[in-house]
Amino acid sequence: MYLVYHNSQSQQEASMYTQGLDAHGLEPSAPIDEGSLEQRFLERVDAEEKIEPKDWMPDRYRNTLIRQISQHAHSEIVGMLPEGNWITRAPTLLRKSILIAKVQDEAGHGAYLYSAAETLGVSRDQLVEQLLSGKAKYSSIFNYPTPTWADVGAIGWLVDGAAIMNQIPLCRCSYGPYARAMVRICREESFHQRQGFDLMLQLARGTPEQKRMAQEALNRWWWPALMMFGPPDAESTHSTDSQRWKIKRFSNDELREKFVDFTVPQAQFLGLTLPDPLLRWNEATQRHDFGPIDWNEFNQVLKGHGPCNAERLAARRAAHEEGAWVREAAMAYATKQQHREASIAA
Amino acid sequence: MGERMEDKHQWPLYEVFIRARGGLDHKHVGSLHAADARMAIEHARDVYTRRQEGVSIWVVRSTDITASDPAEADSLFEPARDKVYRHPTFYEIPDEVKTL
Repeated sequence: MYLVYHNSQSQQEASMYTQGLDAHGLEPSAPIDEGSLEQRFLERVDAEEKIEPKDWMPDRYRNTLIRQISQHAHSEIVGMLPEGNWITRAPTLLRKSILIAKVQDEAGHGAYLYSAAETLGVSRDQLVEQLLSGKAKYSSIFNYPTPTWADVGAIGWLVDGAAIMNQIPLCRCSYGPYARAMVRICREESFHQRQGFDLMLQLARGTPEQKRMAQEALNRWWWPALMMFGPPDAESTHSTDSQRWKIKRFSNDELREKFVDFTVPQAQFLGLTLPDPLLRWNEATQRHDFGPIDWNEFNQVLKGHGPCNAERLAARRAAHEEGAWVREAAMAYATKQQHREASIAA
Repeated sequence: MGERMEDKHQWPLYEVFIRARGGLDHKHVGSLHAADARMAIEHARDVYTRRQEGVSIWVVRSTDITASDPAEADSLFEPARDKVYRHPTFYEIPDEVKTL
């Protein structure tokens, strides 16, 4: 899923392989000159070496990664909600099975990404707390509703399609754990996009009502999908450092244009119309020109004023609170078993 | 390691190793939180093998792993660097000797 770049993340120390590893570990070595460490770090990034959790890295790099990876993880988790909305009402058993598998994948993607973020020294509880308190952001796309079954298709086709466009370059990101998580995610994401396109195709080839339903879902999701690539390059606040550190390989606008070029022929095949009267092929640039994006809408949704912001957070909070006794009971049981085994051994 | 333990209810972290097919080594695939090792195996099944990625799972508490320090990698691995005679390619075998 897409990640919305945002400021502020308390500084974390500890550069462990995973969060818990080496808790009993070695004494830190004597302080070394920060400037030469940063120089060496940049040389490694330039040489396309992967930075691993225990390696020295600048605090700004660490904090940028914590922010980006955790926002990405939150997006996967919140992203389960709009589609989960349709699991009980999927039209066939096969479609229901596919949708359950997809939503389960999103949970898995969230888990991979939280683990990657934790390698940077932030705890899972802190990350969850940041989401539930509204302090952390997640992709604005998931604050839109899914009023019809066709929205499930449009999400898979467009939202997951845009996500893939964003994520493939992240497989080569300079931070090892993030890159490895992305490889795993991208491998699974293609199924998400294809099942969405397949769903849209079935509707587009169905009755006039079904085709209209597909068109209306496309109308709802097209512009929000384009916004997933983030603000225009000129206004993107975090891009320069991220590109220098090889976290980000392509600009927001580059990826957005590529997505449009990829999607236009797919829509044509479906016999559906992209809701943009200014969309046309530009022979000179060999790209599609498209109409202006309503960034005011994007900013409003980002600030919490989208159609479903409150509903999404309320659902996550309820899930977290209602699951608290299960987490505590499991921990209590594990502790009891440990004591029992210890007393048998004694 | 600062703030790690501020929430006493947080399930501990486990590292997950998967054997992809019979005959291969278990390989590190990632980590997850679980109340105990048995739950870690069950979660690892759901998180890391949804598409038949494995036939066997190991889990180990992350705190039980001790890792080498990357800052000491040079001194740790340097002694192996100048011992080229440990490789078979170091030895030049006359063409006449066919079966060595």
